[in-house]
Amino acid sequence: MQIGLSHYLTVAAILFTIGVFGIFINRKNVIVILMSIELILLAVNLNLVAFSSFLGDLVGQIFALLVLTVAAAEAAIGLAILVVYYRNRGSIAVEDINLMKG
Amino acid sequence: MIIQTLFFYLFSAITIGSALMVVSARNPVHSVLFLILAFFNAAGLFVLLGAEFLAMMLVVVYVGAVAVLFLFVVMMLDVDFVELRQGFLQYLPIGALIGFVLLAELVVVVGGWAFAPQAVGGGASPIPDLAQVSNTAAIGQLLYTKYIFFFQIAGFVLLVAMIGAIVLTLHHRIGVKRQVISEQVSRSQKVELRDVKPGQGV
Repeated sequence: MQIGLSHYLTVAAILFTIGVFGIFINRKNVIVILMSIELILLAVNLNLVAFSSFLGDLVGQIFALLVLTVAAAEAAIGLAILVVYYRNRGSIAVEDINLMKG
Repeated sequence: MIIQTLFFYLFSAITIGSALMVVSARNPVHSVLFLILAFFNAAGLFVLLGAEFLAMMLVVVYVGAVAVLFLFVVMMLDVDFVELRQGFLQYLPIGALIGFVLLAELVVVVGGWAFAPQAVGGGASPIPDLAQVSNTAAIGQLLYTKYIFFFQIAGFVLLVAMIGAIVLTLHHRIGVKRQVISEQVSRSQKVELRDVKPGQGV
């Protein structure tokens, strides 16, 4: 059986859904929420690369590279904020992050 | 071709399974390790798609840097993870409902489309023949010419992220004696003699 574009798109869709699902069920744990965001970005990358490969256009892979960059930067900043927050409050519970009542 | 099919199903099954374990594992360290497994298998999928450079990037950047960063933070913060697990079952129904709706929408989108006839092969930068130009060389030839501004902006994003992370996490403890070189250098009297009484110190 030939593996087509829709196979890859289905895998990416399932990965994306797992990422969103992970954000909802791990409401209290910021680290797992950040990991879920990484999963979502991985699904986006998979979509970009799959379309790039099946359409014969290299631009998709370039954009996947840029998405990778942004994902790495986001993880670094997010974890830095998490470390500072833990240093100030002694916990990383998401429910406590309402000091500014915003 | 049969081997390709086999490997596609192997890689995608392990990717999806480990992604599920990432969001449902009891211990966040296990979550990070499953995230690494998911990234490795996604890199396998990229290789199947012919994007070897991105597969290597995924292994090097994600597994080598991002996942290890997660591992560091998880192990560094002394957090009671049992407490953070509370409410897991409470949020499960709404999460499952939203996930199901999202997946249904995505399946509808995936199931009901077709390429426009002029789309295939009519891209802005067609992939050159793999026998002549490798994937890495092709990406380099495109990235350093046509998309050089995107490349530089990506570099700036990383620079800002690096500076931001350093500024956020750097903190000076109060009450720790440090050497201040500018004060030392700008003293008016460079050499000073002190009469030190015995048993008292400076």
